[in-house]
This record gives sequence, C-alpha cells and structure tokens, in this order.
Amino acid sequence: MSDLKTVGTTVPRKDAMEKVTGAAEFIEDRYMGPMLYAKMKKSTVAHGKIVRIDTDKAEKHPGVKAVLTGKDYPNMIGLYLIDRTFLAVDKVRFWGEPVAVVAATSEKAAAEAVELIEVEYEELPGVFDPREGIKPDAPIIHENLGNYEIVPIFYPKPGTNIANHFKIRKGDIEEGFDQADHVLEKEYYVPQMQHVPIETHKAAVQWSPDGKLTVWSTAQSPNVVRQLLAKSLDIPMHKIRVISSYIGGGFGCKAGASIEGLLVPIAQKYPGHIIRIVFDREEDMQGTFTRQALFSKLRTGFTKDGRITALQYEMIWDGGAYTEYGVNIVRAAGYSSTGAYDIPNVKTDSYCVYTNNSIGGPVRGFGMCEMQWGIERQIEEVAKHLNMDPLEVRLKNGMKRGSTTASGQVVHDVDYEKCLKLVADKIGWGKQESGKDGKLRGKGIAGLVKCPAQPSNAASSAIIRINEDGTAHVMVGATEMGQGMLTAISQIASEALHIPVDKIDIKVPDTDFTPYEWQSVGSRITYTCGTSVKRAAEDALGQIYCIAANLLEVPQEDLSYDGKKVYSNKDPNIKATIREIADSCKKCTGEGIAGPIIGRGSFVPTNMTNLDPETGQGNPGLFYCFGATGVEVEIDPETGVVEILQLASSIDAGKAINPQLATVQLHGGTIMGLSTALYEEVRFDKGIMLNRNFTDYKIATFDNVPHIDSFIVETPETNGPYGARGIGEQPMIGVAPAIANAVSDALGVEFNSFPLTPEKVWRALKDKK
Amino acid sequence: MSDKIKIKFTVNGDSEEREAVVGETLLKFIRDELNLTGTKSGCEIGECGACTVLLDGKPVNSCLVLAVELDGKELLTIEGLSKNGELDRLQQAFIDHAAFQCGYCTPGMIMAARSLLERNPNPNDSEINKALSGNLCRCGAYQEIRDAVKDSASK
Repeated sequence: MSDLKTVGTTVPRKDAMEKVTGAAEFIEDRYMGPMLYAKMKKSTVAHGKIVRIDTDKAEKHPGVKAVLTGKDYPNMIGLYLIDRTFLAVDKVRFWGEPVAVVAATSEKAAAEAVELIEVEYEELPGVFDPREGIKPDAPIIHENLGNYEIVPIFYPKPGTNIANHFKIRKGDIEEGFDQADHVLEKEYYVPQMQHVPIETHKAAVQWSPDGKLTVWSTAQSPNVVRQLLAKSLDIPMHKIRVISSYIGGGFGCKAGASIEGLLVPIAQKYPGHIIRIVFDREEDMQGTFTRQALFSKLRTGFTKDGRITALQYEMIWDGGAYTEYGVNIVRAAGYSSTGAYDIPNVKTDSYCVYTNNSIGGPVRGFGMCEMQWGIERQIEEVAKHLNMDPLEVRLKNGMKRGSTTASGQVVHDVDYEKCLKLVADKIGWGKQESGKDGKLRGKGIAGLVKCPAQPSNAASSAIIRINEDGTAHVMVGATEMGQGMLTAISQIASEALHIPVDKIDIKVPDTDFTPYEWQSVGSRITYTCGTSVKRAAEDALGQIYCIAANLLEVPQEDLSYDGKKVYSNKDPNIKATIREIADSCKKCTGEGIAGPIIGRGSFVPTNMTNLDPETGQGNPGLFYCFGATGVEVEIDPETGVVEILQLASSIDAGKAINPQLATVQLHGGTIMGLSTALYEEVRFDKGIMLNRNFTDYKIATFDNVPHIDSFIVETPETNGPYGARGIGEQPMIGVAPAIANAVSDALGVEFNSFPLTPEKVWRALKDKK
Repeated sequence: MSDKIKIKFTVNGDSEEREAVVGETLLKFIRDELNLTGTKSGCEIGECGACTVLLDGKPVNSCLVLAVELDGKELLTIEGLSKNGELDRLQQAFIDHAAFQCGYCTPGMIMAARSLLERNPNPNDSEINKALSGNLCRCGAYQEIRDAVKDSASK
C-alpha cells in the first residue's frame, strides 16, 4: 500500500474555507421561508401526574398560532426501546420534560405564551438513584414497560425500573476465582456529564399541502430521524425529507431523533410555514441526553504473578427518565466489560435503570469511559497489591492478536502493547520526578478499547457521479459535525478513483438525494461509509474501463488508467482522456457506448452476530480500536489542584486517512477526557439539574489544556478501507483513569470516582493524614 | 409594537443607517437585521464567546451588547476579515493548522484572536490562553488554535 497518493496525506479540510470565513451554513443560518417560532412549556416536577393543563390564555396571546399538549399528540418514538412521547402524556418523568409547545409569529410571543400555560401536577415519589430504583419496592416510573415495543436484543423487566439487564457469562467464574491467589473488590462511581456542543439542538419542520414533511435538523443521522418519524407518524419514507447542515458539535447528543417530531402537528396546521425550535443553553443541558451515571462493583481475581483469572462486574446505570437509546449503552458496556484485557472467566451484569433524572443517552465513548474507569483503576490496584509495575500488569493481560473479548469475540489487527509503550516512554515511565515547593508529582497510564456499538446490519451506501469534465460528486448520508468526514471520505474516493481531492465535491446529506447511512456515530463512518465509497469508486472505475475498452477497441485487461487517461498497455498512444470517456461516450462513428458514469457502493457488516441472551457470547464488534493515555501530574497539597505536566495519547487508527485531521481528533478526544476527569459533573437535587450553564458547568478551555503528545499507531485493519478504522471517540476513554492513576501515584490515595476536583483531592489527602 | 431607534455605524468598512429595536442584542441585530450569520449564538449570556465581534476594535460578546449601542461605532464581524476573496493571514493559519473541527466557535475565536494580535503582535502561549480563555471550543482544538495564532503572528 506504499503507493497511495491521497490516503495518508494531509490535505486541507473540505469545509475549511467556509468555516474560517463565516460562510459555513449551520441550521439557524439558513433562510427557509415564512417562519413560526416554537417554545416549550417544561415540567416543574421530576415525577408527577399531570392533573390539568390550561392553555386558554396562551392561545389568546397575540401572535400565538398554536398550542399543543401531549394529549393532542401521544405518538411514541424511540430508537431501541420505544418509551417516549414527544410531549408528556398524563405524567412527567423528569424535571424540565416538555408538557406543551407553543408556536407564534415571534420567539418573544412564544416565550410569553409559554408563561401563560397553567399546569397542575400531583407529585409522585421519585427515584433519583438507580441503586434505589432497582429495588423491588421502588416507585415505578414506566408502568407500561411490558407493553413497549423493543428491539429483541434488550431485556427489560416489566413491573420494575429495569429497562435492560445485559449478561456476560464467559468461561467459569468460580473456577477463575479458584485459580486466583488474590481477590480485590471495589466500588466505583462515574457521574453524569453533558456534551455541551457550542451549537445547541435545533430543528425546523415544514408540511407541504401534498403531504410531504421536510425536516431540517442538527441530528447526527438524517436517516434515523426519517426512519423514526415515519414509524411514529405513520408517514411513508418518500414523504419525509430530512436535510442536514453543518453540525456545531455532536459527541453523541445529536444521535437518534429527539426534537424534530415535536413540531409536526403544528406544521400540519400551517402548511407551507416553517416551524422552528432552537434550544437555549439551559434546555440543551437539561432536556437532551446526558451521559448516564454509573455505579459499579468490580471484583478481580489474579495470580501472584499478575495474571487476571476472573472478573466479576456489576454495573448499575442511571438511565434517566427515558432509555430509548440508553439501553444499548448498557449492552455495549456489558459486552466490552473486560476493557482492553484478555480475561478468561467473566461474569457481568449490566443494568439500565429508570430514574427521574434527565434522560441518559449516547456520549462520546458510549459507556466505555464509565466502564473502563473501573477496569483501569482496578488494574492499578492489582499492581499495587502485588507491588508490580502497573504497565507490566497491563502488558501481561492486555489483548493481543487472537485474544478474546468479554463476549468471546476474537480480536485481530491489535497492537495494544505498542500503544501502551509509546505513551509510557513519552512520559518517562519508571523515572520518579520530585515536585517543587512541596508539590507532589506522579505518573499514570491507562489503556482503552472500543468497537462501534451498532446493530449487526447497520448499513452505509454511496453514489459517485462522474461529471462530463472528469470531476466527481460523492454523495453519502454521513453528517459533518467536525470530525472531518467530508475530507476523509473525499480522500478515500480520490484514492480509489485517481481523481485529485480538489476535483471531488461532497456535501452534507439530504435524505431525498443522498443514499442511506445508518448513523454518524460510534466512530464508524471512516470504516463503513469509507468502504461504501471505495466500492462506489471501484464500480465507477469499472464503467470507465468498460467505456474505454469499447471506445479504443482494446480489451479491458490490456488497459491502464492513470487518473487522467485510459491507455493501451501495448501502445500508450491508443488512449482516451477521462474527459472523453465521461462526456462523449461515443465512438468516432457517432454511435453511443454507455454512460454517464454513476458508481454505487454499499456496505453492511458480515462479521457481526447476535449475542446469546444468557451468556452474551457472540461477535458484537465491527472492529476494535485500541489506544492508551499517559499522564504526569503535579499536585499542590495545600489546594488540591491537579496540574497536568505531561499528557500523551496514542491511538491505533489502522491507517490515518488524513494524519493532520486524525491528530486533531485525537487531541480533541483527549481534551474532552481531561475536561471530564478534572471538572465536569452534572449535579442534581431530587432530579433538578443544578448546573445548567457554562459558569456552573465548567469545561476545559485554553488555560486548562496542556500540550498533548500524540501518537497515531497504524496496525492495518484487514477489512477497513486502506486499513483504516475509526478513532473519534476512543482518545477520551483513557484520560480520566490515567489522571487518577497519576494522582494516586503522587499521593498514595485511591480515587474511585471523578472528576478529581481540588476539593476531592484535598479531602482525600486530608483523610489519609 | 416595539420601540425602534435609528442608528448609524460602519459594518465591515461600510457605512450603514438602520433601525434597531430597543432591548434587542447586538447578536440578534447582526444575524437577523444585517444578515451576517457568521456570528454564532452559543449561550446568549456571555459565557461561550461564539458571538465575539470587534466593536471599535475591541472584542465583545455581542449577546451582551445592545444593538442600539452600535450607534456611532465600527463593527467588524468574521465576514469583514477577508478582502476581495483574499483570506486574512489568521484565517489562513487556522486552515493550515486545522485549528477547528465543527467550526461553530471558529468565527468568534478568530475575531478574539485578531484582536489579541492587534494589541500584541507576538503573543506567547500564556498570553494567548489568557486572551482567548473566554472562547470555548468543545471539539478541543485549543492546541491547534494556539499554533495558528503564533504562526500568523510570526508572518
């Protein structure tokens, strides 16, 4: 593969010029037509029956066109477990849940009218801790759980708050503990976090008189929005068009379908009008997916030489009020529950529990940050217990080619060892540095792994149109939320077609025109969409050869193509330019040959299987991406402030399609990990989210971000396009445990939860004394 | 229904005379009245910096300034940086260093950095950190932005 021309090179982002000039169109920048503005009335209790909603005053308010309540619009929606309505019907399950929506001629009028809606609640006892919610006597949040439609790979327990119970039974857990010389058991906790993309959730809908629904959305997947709306509203798919714009950050919160359907009945009342909703920052914080909190218990059995023989993992997830998407995070964390380690005997129980906190859902890492926090902290404790080097324990148990995951899937194309050693070497592993002015220094390492969490048949497709002048349009359904999809996909097309990247056009999707893509989630697009684009390019190439063979009257096998022309291997003077092939499609006699050239390609995984319902054994991973994080910290014992002196991050990209963008993405994920490790925690008081803005919910900014040393490892993925695999989420996973391991190393105290705020660190140090 | 006041100002070098609604923010005025949608809204309470523009050369969160305050002032938005299709060197440096991912914070980030470079033509890392700490980038392009600002300064 050394003769690659475009793949593996740094070309400028396709969206660069638009993004630095302010010309990039995000949804709110588009002029769509005559507009009505929507605002939500939100619940003021976390769990309660709706006794009365009075919308009279709101309806009479000047400028108001429509007021809609859940009773008017009880349609249900959900990706995996259909447990949600667009507006609360009869009861509310979290604080801030929409109970009514107003559309008016101005945002101001809509906001005023919302205040005029009167809602009376009968408060019900709430569940705010999943460990309470899982108990048999807990108040039930979804009485109809048994009647909800669900993808049959999830296991809810009707009559309880358990929305999914996922099990792993690998090997023989008893035997595994019998083989162990030592057993460690600890509890861990990871709180909720929020994605906080700088662009909040936004959507607009329009109903045309012929029954066509047009949706503009910040969603990460226009096709899933179309699919879920079609089902919920019983509209055929060709009558729903979902248009994407550039997305101002996703990180999982814009996966699935969320707010788009809220407005449809209003649009149907006012055909031709655009009904738009823009979440404000507070609504974005409390009304959209949060990362589910995790309470876990981890028990590890290991031999005196540091070999892990058994792992028992119990995870209790705070699914929040609705778990339509969250049930799959709980499943993914379950089937990956040994992290980056090959452990022969595993027993895992992963529970998704309804609570009256904000809705849990997908966040960068999809359960891996939370689950591998426990793994990577416990490995550290194992090493400490044995007085062994934690790096050695990781290397000894780390997955290698041919290892098996918790679900028994065999992993290929792995060089976890290299990822670990790169970061260890970079931070000077094994060399103790002493801090200045009484400050304490420590070093820490953590590993990571993640596969895309997707249905076993999640598909991608691509169309490539060759223009008359030999330039090309690549059409895909993947969205651009900053990850660099447009650029990477263009590079793959360029490589396969031998057409320069600047002669390839690619746009964000529009379901009426771009082919199917399941979702831009799970770090899967480079692999899945990339494969379909490569196949579409090969299909187009086949047509180019076929036309050239006819035109030149030379057999196809005797032809070569150099990106500009097709020529005879025997006589290079017998040639046709790509322009002639793409445009004329005719012989010198005037007879047509074939064309225009339209390449098509699709991809659906063939290496994934269902999992056994009792043992969780099977192949859930399309590919596995490994990496590692290394950190050196310095702590001020007077204040508890953790300063990051060194931060090294490695990821095995298989093949970096664009090394610069891969590095930027690696940095971005590492920084998000750093931010959650030190600062981020959503705080609730009986379901009321307390920190709903950037002052109270602090994320890392310039001051907090040190230089990052990054390493892109390239162990080719056998079936990935040009050996590539996705890396978008992974760099985040190892950061929190690596920092905690480093702080632990410095202070000699354990941390079983993060963020490592100055207060937490200071208290831990004080308690030690 | 709303009170309006006539204001005179220059925007990206052009003189303008418009009516501004009393109580409306400069951010809303820029986006809805001037149709300059490069300036972004991220929080509307001055926490994220996405709406940063230069008012008489100084960076402001346009969500915290009233439209009527524009009267008699010079406004520079992201659209005013490139001239005749030529990018400002800072914009080019952002491209060269891939100093953004989603691009939503980028206009505000570039305006804040532009202002820094005018005050301090050769900022070091800590000066950049201080000047830009009010501009949040959730994609985490901070390292690349620092590099872009320094690179642009050195040219």
